[in-house]
Amino acid sequence: MSALSQRIAALGHGFVSMITGLGAFARLFGAILARSGVVLRRPRLTAQQVHFIGNHSLLIIGVSGLFVGFVLGLQGYYTLNRYGSEEALGLLVALSLTRELGPVVTALLFAGRAGTSLTAEIGLMKAGEQLAAMEVMAVDPIRRVLAPRFWGGVIAMPVLAAVFSMVGVLGGWFVGVVLIGIDPGAFWSQMQGGVDVIDDVLNGVIKSLVFGVVVTLIALHQGWTARATPEGVSRATTRTVVSGALAVLGLDFLLTALMFAH
Amino acid sequence: MLVRCGYPIPMNSDPDPLVTFDGVSLGYGEFTVLRGIDLQVMPGQVVAMMGGSGSGKTTLLRAVTGQLAAQKGSIHVFGEDMARLDGEPLRAVRQRMGVLFQAGALFTDLNVFENVAFPLREHTHISEQQILERVLDKLQAVGLRHAAHLRISEISGGMARRVALARAIVLEPELILYDEPFAGLDPISLGITAQLIRTMTDQLGCASILITHDVAESFSIVDQVYLIGQGRLMAHGTPKELSASQDEYLQQFLQGRPDGPIGFHYPLTPAFERWLAARRAA
Repeated sequence: MSALSQRIAALGHGFVSMITGLGAFARLFGAILARSGVVLRRPRLTAQQVHFIGNHSLLIIGVSGLFVGFVLGLQGYYTLNRYGSEEALGLLVALSLTRELGPVVTALLFAGRAGTSLTAEIGLMKAGEQLAAMEVMAVDPIRRVLAPRFWGGVIAMPVLAAVFSMVGVLGGWFVGVVLIGIDPGAFWSQMQGGVDVIDDVLNGVIKSLVFGVVVTLIALHQGWTARATPEGVSRATTRTVVSGALAVLGLDFLLTALMFAH
Repeated sequence: MLVRCGYPIPMNSDPDPLVTFDGVSLGYGEFTVLRGIDLQVMPGQVVAMMGGSGSGKTTLLRAVTGQLAAQKGSIHVFGEDMARLDGEPLRAVRQRMGVLFQAGALFTDLNVFENVAFPLREHTHISEQQILERVLDKLQAVGLRHAAHLRISEISGGMARRVALARAIVLEPELILYDEPFAGLDPISLGITAQLIRTMTDQLGCASILITHDVAESFSIVDQVYLIGQGRLMAHGTPKELSASQDEYLQQFLQGRPDGPIGFHYPLTPAFERWLAARRAA
């Protein structure tokens, strides 16, 4: 076989692998949805996961939100001050956070914190024969392990994004009002008047829900398909961060184009 | 009156075998590990599957649990053809089994108590009080009642195997499979565990299948022994029959002699020869 045909074969093989991987991903998603009745029958399992995923991500989300708010406050003030519109700082901070930064940065941090933790947990359960043990005990691991974690991630993501945006707004207020001295009445009233609940807040929540589905599913899929070795689990956790981040950024562009096109 | 898993059955009934292998070949992909396996396990029996490392003992166990399909022949468990089972019917058969895994396979996010309670929570609707009593009862049987509150990371390997044993028997199943139940146990735990397996089987009228290397301990409690090696069933019978046999293979295994028909070295394969040639050429 010539070098050229080898390259073409490798390209074809890579393409087939990608399609097969997407198919396996979609099948796992379908399997989790089909077994999601457990969320209603045994809500405690999902509540535990919301606590595990959400609570343990709260600190990093809160601190990141605060610093993003600080930076938005500073950069926003420098830019708006050129045009004498620094009173609009509250509106700029709130719109930036609710529409974009809240859902996107939360999802990126979520992939790095909770996503890797989910992948490692499922991968190690596989390596330790825990998933096989469940199957032999007549317990479906997709129903018992994956479905509660999936819904835990989907529920936790918008809540974390809301916390991120709230803390970010407080950060922007601290820099703009407390440190720089912008009129607090103008800061809050511009925000109140300019932020639309449907167009801005609801669209932001929808974004974070979509990111919650995608990032949690990527994390679970990587753990589920990880090779049952320490090296395999390590590679799977890395893939969770890379694939999760790329998926969030790509989807954000698509969702933004759909939601704010008018 | 005999009691099988809580249900009384008449003494004069002629019970059907719980597990039947009929001319079974087992393997992975195109590679066949075992050929022409015939065996039967009756209710109330303790059966040992013995053989050297890599002889295919765990493969046999995986076939009984339905994790591995037969390449040839038929496997019946509780009268059901395992080749035809999938989904809910397979789960229904598995609910009637308890399995002790070689590595324990305990759930590391749960403590000792919750690990043993896991099958009860998944398959029964009994009250929390009943779960507490039943789990503590099983932990008492394996000597770990007072370790119920410990995390899995806080217990030793031997203790973990005893917890896994308690979990395997907590539903009092009709068939219990033990993969290396004596591995990693100290002499006292080993003797108690062996007696527990025998007593459990007698009291419940269940069947127990042991995958083990331990000749002395298993011969003291089992009814039947199946010895596998060289990809097939080498011998089977009662411990007394096997001990009296003059078969050279059998005697080498039972007495652990280094010389005899059982080779110590992994056999030479074309794959190894190709690998070595490539290494030398590099």
